Amino acid sequence: MDLVSEDKLAKMQPVEKIRFIIDEVKDGKILVLEKGLTPEEEATLIEMTMTQIEPDDFAGIEMESYPSQTDKSLLGKLLKKNVVRTRLTVIGPANKLKTLKKDRDMISALVSSK
Amino acid sequence: MGVMGSFKKFFKRMFNKKNARIGIYGPPNAGKTTLANRILRDWTGDAMGSVSHIAHETRRARRREGVTIQSNGGSISLDIIDTPGLATKIDFHEFMELGMNEAESKRRAKEATEGVIEAVKWLENLDGVILVMDATEDPYTQVNVTVIGNMEARNLPLLIVANKTDLPESSATSIREAFPQHPMVAISALEGKNIDTFYDEVAKRFG
Repeated sequence: MDLVSEDKLAKMQPVEKIRFIIDEVKDGKILVLEKGLTPEEEATLIEMTMTQIEPDDFAGIEMESYPSQTDKSLLGKLLKKNVVRTRLTVIGPANKLKTLKKDRDMISALVSSK
Repeated sequence: MGVMGSFKKFFKRMFNKKNARIGIYGPPNAGKTTLANRILRDWTGDAMGSVSHIAHETRRARRREGVTIQSNGGSISLDIIDTPGLATKIDFHEFMELGMNEAESKRRAKEATEGVIEAVKWLENLDGVILVMDATEDPYTQVNVTVIGNMEARNLPLLIVANKTDLPESSATSIREAFPQHPMVAISALEGKNIDTFYDEVAKRFG
């Protein structure tokens, strides 16, 4: 399991972040991202994951993030874009990481070593 | 309605803006196509697509343009997009467990991955989302969190539907408590329970 700092991800472009996560997860690693991904990045990660799925090889990812928090500033309303505060996220191969229970502030997951 | 809202409606009427594009999203088997069929049957007499207890029955997004919904003495015209179920993993073995043969399961899994990609791409081209959740399931799925996050980031209207309230184990309250910042309506798309309230909410949010 790798714990990835906010600083490490902040230095990467969105496409680099997604590539990094996919490569690590396909290698069997479970990543804990200190600051998580933006909702747009999460959607891109789901999209990219789908292109990587192979029968008997890679079935996809398990991703756990808390609901994000939105700062609704006047500027955001005018630009039709809000600032989203991302939160800790856990990502791993679907065959190794399984969510047991999740709520607004707690994630329980089972990690298997198979 | 605030000043911004009044301006928005005024300009919309002035320039005859095209119909709002509303995507029906949710995890597989939440009842998205059942709801899309219900809407179309009620307002056009038609249907959107087939439904199945096996996940990923809808593997291509389907769009129906100009669906006019009447509510509260007015009417709104929407383009409705029924999207494939969003998922972060698709394992063909799960289809085999439901009785499909290996080749069929692999084909369904492959098509399902393409469907998810299509659904994600549609997110960038919508004016609002109806997020369908299965009220018998835990609402904090990653799909729900990601879709809600995307709508909040884009500042687009979202209506949460707690579906399957005809089932005794359903709990619309747990969905309301999970996402209290968004409007929610509890329905049974299958039986049409509370569907008029749903149309009122659709008109209010997307009109």
